[in-house]
Amino acid sequence: MSLKKISKNQPDTFKFDSKNLSEAEKIITNYPKGKQKSAVMALLYIAQKQNNNWIPLAAMKYIAKILDMPYIKVYEVATFYSMYNLTPVGEYFFQVCTTTPCMIRGAYKLVDVCKKKISEKESEISKNGKSSWMEVECLGACVNSPMVQINEDYFEDLDEEKFSKIIDQIDKNLKPKPGSYRGRLSSEPENIRKTLLSNKNA
Amino acid sequence: MLKDEDRIFKNLYNDFGAELDSAKKRGDWLETKEIFNKGRNWIIEEIKTSQLRGRGGAGFPTGLKWSFAPKEVGSKPHYLVINADESEPGTCKDRDILRFEPHKLIEGCLIASYAVNAHTCYIYIRGEYFNEGQKLQKAIDEAYSKGLIGKNASSTGWDFDIFIHYGAGAYICGEETALLESLEGNKGQPRLKPPFPALIGLYGCPTIINNVETIAVVPTILRRGGKWFSSLGREKNTGTKIFCISGNVNNPCNVEEEMGVPLKDLIEKHAGGVIGGWDNLKAVIPGGSSMPLLPKEVCDTIKMDFDACVENKTGLGTAGIVVINKDQDIIKCMARIARFYKHESCGQCTPCREGSGWMWRMLERMAKGEATRDEVDMLMDVTKQIEGHTICAFGEGSSWPVQGLIRNFKDEILERNKYDPLIQRKKEVPYLVDQHLLEKENA
Repeated sequence: MSLKKISKNQPDTFKFDSKNLSEAEKIITNYPKGKQKSAVMALLYIAQKQNNNWIPLAAMKYIAKILDMPYIKVYEVATFYSMYNLTPVGEYFFQVCTTTPCMIRGAYKLVDVCKKKISEKESEISKNGKSSWMEVECLGACVNSPMVQINEDYFEDLDEEKFSKIIDQIDKNLKPKPGSYRGRLSSEPENIRKTLLSNKNA
Repeated sequence: MLKDEDRIFKNLYNDFGAELDSAKKRGDWLETKEIFNKGRNWIIEEIKTSQLRGRGGAGFPTGLKWSFAPKEVGSKPHYLVINADESEPGTCKDRDILRFEPHKLIEGCLIASYAVNAHTCYIYIRGEYFNEGQKLQKAIDEAYSKGLIGKNASSTGWDFDIFIHYGAGAYICGEETALLESLEGNKGQPRLKPPFPALIGLYGCPTIINNVETIAVVPTILRRGGKWFSSLGREKNTGTKIFCISGNVNNPCNVEEEMGVPLKDLIEKHAGGVIGGWDNLKAVIPGGSSMPLLPKEVCDTIKMDFDACVENKTGLGTAGIVVINKDQDIIKCMARIARFYKHESCGQCTPCREGSGWMWRMLERMAKGEATRDEVDMLMDVTKQIEGHTICAFGEGSSWPVQGLIRNFKDEILERNKYDPLIQRKKEVPYLVDQHLLEKENA
C-alpha cells in the first residue's frame, strides 16, 4: 500500500484535449458495453501524460464523469496504484529500483548519485527544475541490474559513472539512449553465450 | 545442456527481430488452422499429455485449468486473460517474450481462447513495461492486418480480439483475482476463492487466466506434440523453462533450459559463475523473492524443477534465481525483501497489512544487531501468524523468505543480536510502538 500525498496546488478545471479525448473514447470501446469503468486506469494515464506527468483532482472528477462512475472510485484507484503521481514530478522522472536483486549489484550507489546530482530528498524537484527521483520496488529487469527508469525508458547495466553521465546529458538537453550501458541488446550473457549460437550465423 | 533445436524461444536474445516475417520463419503461425481442425478436446488433451504446468509461479497444470472452463457457452461470454504483470523480484522472463517473441504469445492466445471458448482476450501488462507493451501492440496490429486474429482469425472461422490493459505499479495485481479487480477498474485487492475465476471471473463471467510464458509455449507444444514436451525433464516436471539468473554472478542472463537442470550448471555454465567463485556462494533464492532461500550445501546438488524445490523446502516459483554471495549481508538482503512486501501489501487482510511491516522493522533491527535473542523466535511466530491467514498467497509470499532466512541462518542472526530479552531488562518494548507513520517523510 503506498501512502500518497495530494498536491496542495490544484488547477480548477481539467479537460482532455481533442486528441486525448478521442484516444480515451477508443480505449473505452475495448471493454464490453456497460463496463466502461475498466478504462479508468488507462484514462488516468492519459490525464497524467497531458498534465506534465501528474494527476490533479480535477482530472479525477472529469474522468468520473466520462466513465459514469463515482468520483471517489476514481480517487480510490488513483491513490492505490504507485505509478499515478498525485503531486508534480520533474519533467524527467527518475525511478531507481532498489529491491534486493538490484541492491546487491549496487543500486544504492545510484541513489547516492541521485542525491548528489538531482536533489537531496526523494520526490523533490531539482534546482534546475528538470528532474526528480524516487526509490521504487522491482521494475522487472533483474538480469540487467542495477537499473533506472527515466520516464518510460529503462536504463540498464549501470554504474555510478555511467549514471552520472546520463544525468549530465539530460541537464544539457541531450537525449541519452535507453537500454543497456554495457552494450547488451537483450538479456543474453555477455561474452560467454552458449545457447542459440547458430542464430548468429543465420 | 538442452539442444538448441529443442528450445522454444529461438529469439530470446533478439538475434532476428520480433516482426511477423521473422516470427514466421521461426515457425510461428504455421498452419494454425490445422490445429483448430483437430478440435478443442484434442488441444486440451495434448496440453494434458505435455504435463505443462503454469509458469507464473504456482505451477498449476495448464490442461486441467483449461478443462475447468464450462464446455458450452451459457448466457455469459468466456474470457481469456493473460497475466503479464511480471513484478516478482528476480524475474524478468515475460519481458523478453513480450518484446522479442510477441507472436508466440499472440498465437498462443488465439489457440487457448478457442480451447476455452473465449472470443476476447485481455493482456494485463505491468505499467512499467510501457515500451514492451508498445512492441506487443505493434505485433497485435500486424496480426490483425494479416487476418491472423480478428474476425475469422487465420481462416478458422473463430472471431478473436486481443486488448492490452496496462497496470500501474501494483505487485499484488499479479495475483489472478486482484488482476481481475484491476481489470474491472477497481483497486487491486484479491477476491475470496471459491468461486474460482474459471466459473466466475472477469465481469462475473467464466475466465481463464494464464501466465505469458505458459501461453507462449502452447503453439510449439501442439506442433511438436505433447509427447515431445513431456520427454524433456521428468514426470510432472516437464518441458523447458526460461530461467532468470541475477545477483552476484559474473554474467547475469536469461536462458531457456530443460526442466530439472542442476542449479550449479545454470550458474556456472550460463551465468559465468558466482562472483568470487563457487565457494564464495552464500545462498540462492531459486524462484523469485517469495520462495525461501537455499543455503550453499543444497545449491551444490539441487535440480531445478517444481518437485525437487519442494523437497528442499522451497519452490520453483517463477524461476527467478537470485544469487547472493558472501560479500553481501544476508540479513540485510532479506530485510530489503521484507520492505518490498510491506510496500506492496494491498492492505485488505490485517495479518499481511500489519505483519509485513513488523517483519520488515524487526529484520532491519536484526541487520543492525539491535534486536534481542528472543526476537528471532518472535519473528518466526509473526511469519506463522501471517501464513495461511490471508485471502491470497501474498501472506505466504511475504513470510516464506523470512522463514527461509531463520531456518538457514539463525546462528548468524543470533551471533549479531546478543541483547538479553527486553522483558528481563524491564525496558520499554519498542516493537509495540506503531512506527508506520514515522517511516518516510514524503511517503
